Amino acid sequence: MSEITAGPPLRASLPGRRGEAIKAIPVRHPWRWVSAAAVLALAGGAVYTIVTAPDLRWDQVGKYLFQQLILRGVLVTLELTVLAMVIGIALGVVLAVMRLSPNPVVSWVSWMYIWFFRGTPVLVQIFFWYNLNIVLKHIGVGIPFTSLHWLASTNSLINPFVAATLGLGLNEAAYMAEIVRAGIISVEHGQTEAAQALGMTRLLVMRRIVLPQAMRVIIPPTGNETISMLKTTSLAFIAAVPELFTRSEQISNFNYYVVELAIVISIWYLFMTSILTVGQYYVERHFGRGAQRQLPPTPLQRLRTMFFTLHTPPPAPPVASVLVPREQR
Amino acid sequence: MGAAPMVKAEAVYKNYGRLEVLRGIDLEVEPKEVLCMIGPSGSGKSTFLRCINHLENIDAGRLSVDGELVGYRQRGNRLYELSDPEVCKKRSQIGMVFQRFNLFPHMTALANVIEAPIRVKKESRAVAVERARGLLQRVGLADKLDAYPNQLSGGQQQRVAIARALAMQPKLMLFDEPTSALDPELVGEVLDVMRGLAEDGMTMVVVTHEMGFAREVSDKLVFMDGGVIVEAGTPREMLVNPQFERTRAFLSKVL
Repeated sequence: MSEITAGPPLRASLPGRRGEAIKAIPVRHPWRWVSAAAVLALAGGAVYTIVTAPDLRWDQVGKYLFQQLILRGVLVTLELTVLAMVIGIALGVVLAVMRLSPNPVVSWVSWMYIWFFRGTPVLVQIFFWYNLNIVLKHIGVGIPFTSLHWLASTNSLINPFVAATLGLGLNEAAYMAEIVRAGIISVEHGQTEAAQALGMTRLLVMRRIVLPQAMRVIIPPTGNETISMLKTTSLAFIAAVPELFTRSEQISNFNYYVVELAIVISIWYLFMTSILTVGQYYVERHFGRGAQRQLPPTPLQRLRTMFFTLHTPPPAPPVASVLVPREQR
Repeated sequence: MGAAPMVKAEAVYKNYGRLEVLRGIDLEVEPKEVLCMIGPSGSGKSTFLRCINHLENIDAGRLSVDGELVGYRQRGNRLYELSDPEVCKKRSQIGMVFQRFNLFPHMTALANVIEAPIRVKKESRAVAVERARGLLQRVGLADKLDAYPNQLSGGQQQRVAIARALAMQPKLMLFDEPTSALDPELVGEVLDVMRGLAEDGMTMVVVTHEMGFAREVSDKLVFMDGGVIVEAGTPREMLVNPQFERTRAFLSKVL
């Protein structure tokens, strides 16, 4: 016991002595410099080769970047993305809840839907809706054994835009269903019990307690799906929907600036996905409430602190307080 | 109905498949009474507690709260299962506090407390907030209204959970090992709140390992083991002079 007296006095909230600051010569990493140089050289070379391709007409890229048809194509691409994702998310939530339903038939129907729509290419699905009128001239609903019915020609119901939206949206729903289901399962069962013990109905528990918490798990992959969808809309060209890719095809078909137009639309796709990435960050931050003690800083706040800390010396490292039991005397 | 016991169990059985968890529980809790249940883990205490608000259903026997069967309606000789809304309505009159707190992490302390009064009892926001403020003040958290659960200590979280249950103005409170997940330092603050509740005349069923609390606060003590009630009585008699060897063996380990 007598050795202990050599240490600092045991008193709460008084820090111990701070030792001499560490000043050491850092380990050198020569290979890091070599590999960095090699990677830069390779990447730079590839980009340089393409940018300076002798027959690449950069003036045409500039000319078509803000051309009317391209701009309208951008708009259609955005419309398709939004509509398909709305259908995908709404139907996906329904399918996920069905999948988890205690009713085996309901659960099985959801399983079959996911199996079918995930198991066939989305290009084929768009193609299917686009050509449905070949085998089905009219679509309608009616009540059996009565004369109540409603009928319309397939062509008037499913125009190219609708065909593409349906194909993309219904396919997306299958993927979203799995994402939402994973989110719902990730919420601890105690949450459901606590809500039930308060007298909340199944629906209320789902809507107010489980889904908001599932969001934290659902949002990141949904962001990926949205970004992916933005690019997948280019498949709508099979249904002759005038979106971005279709527009570039139409233009290059008569001026032969195929690569230039591919670059033009790539710039647009990159621009839109970049915007979505930033948006995703803020949505994630919103649904992260309560998950972390402090919300992570926004990119703007981060920039500000970076700027700030460049000019002022970093604060001294916090001194760990000595842990002494409260009752110690 | 005033004389009816708040909780009445007659030969309650419960099994998970072939595992019998409750093997004939007979028990009565009078209004304003505090009943503590002790016993080794796996003895069925928590399961019985969860049967009272129908988080689990029983397989045989009769279990009633405030004179009404839990989960069923009896007409003549027949039992009719209650619908989801009916079960919810009954649950809303029984408060429950869990070992793991189970606060809603995406809501502030205040939002946790007003959620059920607004959504289930359809109270106006103003009324619910008013009462929630009072309750949070009562459990000593008047300055934590806007804190999220993970910004609170375990003891604070459990006190919010108690306030959340009380906000529904229950006629009965169930506590499922409310201090078992807490640091020893924080147990006292939660027990103090519970003690206050008992003094105010709340009917309480408490599953606990806190023998001190059981001795001081409970009117009736029940020792369970292997899905049956081994011994029941007043805490003073039982803790000082247990009648059965099994009780004595258990108490010698925990006291």
